[in-house]
Amino acid sequence: MGEAKSHNYTINLGPQHPSAHGVLRLVLEMSGEVVERADPHIGLLHRGTEKLIEHKTYQQATPYFDRLDYVGTMNQEHAFVLAAEKLLGVVVPPRGQMIRTLYCEIGRVLNHILNITAYVMDVGGMTPILWGFEEREKLMAFYERVCGARLHANYFRVGGVAFDLPAGLLEDIATWAAAFPKVLDDIETLVTENRIFKQRTVDIGIVSREQALDWGFSGPNLRASGLAWDLRKAQPYECYADLDFDIPVGKHGDCYDRYLVRMAEMRESVKLIRQCAAKMPGGPCKVEDRKVSPPPRAEMKRSMEALIHHFKLFTEGFHVPAGETYTAVEAPKGEFAVYLVSDGTNKPYRCKIRAPGYAHLQALEMMTKGHMLADVVAVIGSIDIVFGEIDR
Amino acid sequence: MTQAAIELGEYLAANLSQDLLEKQVVKDELAIKVLPSALPRVLAFLRDDSNCLFKQLMDICGVDYPEREKRFEVVYNLLSLKHNQRIRVKIDADEATPVPTAIGLFSSANWWEREAWDMYGILFADHPDLRRLLTDYTFEGHPLRKDFPLTGHVEARYDDEQKRIVYEPVKLVQEFRSFDFLSPWEGMTNLPGDDKAGRS
Repeated sequence: MGEAKSHNYTINLGPQHPSAHGVLRLVLEMSGEVVERADPHIGLLHRGTEKLIEHKTYQQATPYFDRLDYVGTMNQEHAFVLAAEKLLGVVVPPRGQMIRTLYCEIGRVLNHILNITAYVMDVGGMTPILWGFEEREKLMAFYERVCGARLHANYFRVGGVAFDLPAGLLEDIATWAAAFPKVLDDIETLVTENRIFKQRTVDIGIVSREQALDWGFSGPNLRASGLAWDLRKAQPYECYADLDFDIPVGKHGDCYDRYLVRMAEMRESVKLIRQCAAKMPGGPCKVEDRKVSPPPRAEMKRSMEALIHHFKLFTEGFHVPAGETYTAVEAPKGEFAVYLVSDGTNKPYRCKIRAPGYAHLQALEMMTKGHMLADVVAVIGSIDIVFGEIDR
Repeated sequence: MTQAAIELGEYLAANLSQDLLEKQVVKDELAIKVLPSALPRVLAFLRDDSNCLFKQLMDICGVDYPEREKRFEVVYNLLSLKHNQRIRVKIDADEATPVPTAIGLFSSANWWEREAWDMYGILFADHPDLRRLLTDYTFEGHPLRKDFPLTGHVEARYDDEQKRIVYEPVKLVQEFRSFDFLSPWEGMTNLPGDDKAGRS
């Protein structure tokens, strides 16, 4: 019997695979059970969002941002409206800012619940996703009460938010925020010290600080590698500068640390939600400038001018002065940014969307090389990818 | 923030004077334009100089200006964690001349450049793997160019007889309608006789 010669074996993971978190086609070159090369084929969900936005007015463009990362939707709208506001020079009233901050943090919790519980399911734990989705349902009810939609909110508008908070909502959010840490405790007792979970995640897919910077990591994935960087602290937007919260940082940059960072971040978000609910200022929730934000319905019944403004806003839209900006927000997945070029008309000339998951997914080969096939699933789950934003 | 951006711009003007074509600070954002041939040098300086330390390349994107002689602009957005600053580096490109790749300096450039090739047809010299990324495997054309129609050229459907996906020219029940809402009156800033208004 001669020496056994092994051949590399190429397998297709996805595009229809539950652990691919959407439509990821991953071409893996395997040497036995060990990954030699991983080539993600993306674009199966490509809808040409950037091209569509170039053909829409600014107001018509915001709903597209819900459809990018469809897990924490309002955070994406936020980047776009901040970019447009920066070019317009519009300052949002304090109440509008606080409502946005509140809903961004709700979006962060929504995202992290889905990611963590689905991730635990990827590596073998069924229970957390059932508990987590109960909480997600409550949070989506808060979305629904404020804008009428559970997912595709279109709530953030240039100049503020679409509607003011309905009566009683803040109290309900505060009640939820008081009860939610208990659910987090429950999930943590199941997962954090779980032997199987740790075997699957500790020292898997380690990303060093240098690698994280080199590959353009951001958000929880960057922080898990030990870099204390959070746009909410470093380049505060809205009213994050007035709120008190901490930035959890990991040490090893492995899958387990990424889980821990997200878990701790949810607790910080709950802290922020509580502060927002307690400190909510009065006043208008959007700018009173009728050239940017539409007049209230009641006014339109009596004022001709209000009617004209409404008509002009919803046909022609507002004109944004020529210029360009790269405006980034700390979305749940990382730095979500919009590079907006305006030529002074009512439509964006160019709207490049910088999705955090895109940078994270392209580092997949670096993270999985030399790992076992089962670890690929663990790594994909831990970097928190959603194909809506990667494929755009 | 603005002050820091202006200072950084002056520092770059002093140290990269031979490469810098223009620099501007608008709304606290520093943007510089360089020659494509100088790009690797400029990016390496921005990454390694102790006053810059832009260790992260956050984004590369193309912008199409069909009326310009060199129609594309390639925009690099960099972030410095150390100094908490951002900078935007731009180069001009056309359809035929490749621009230098940034992969040697930033690994993250790989997919951003593939996307720019896919969407605009901007060529990157020495890119190890310049395949299409977001569009379909057999796609032709570069969809984000301004002269590419929004509705595209072909549509795909599953053919039950041939048992495979077939591509056909796009058939629309109704043409894509682009409404021109731009008001002609607001655009007219020079009304006849207006030149007299300035006189006393």
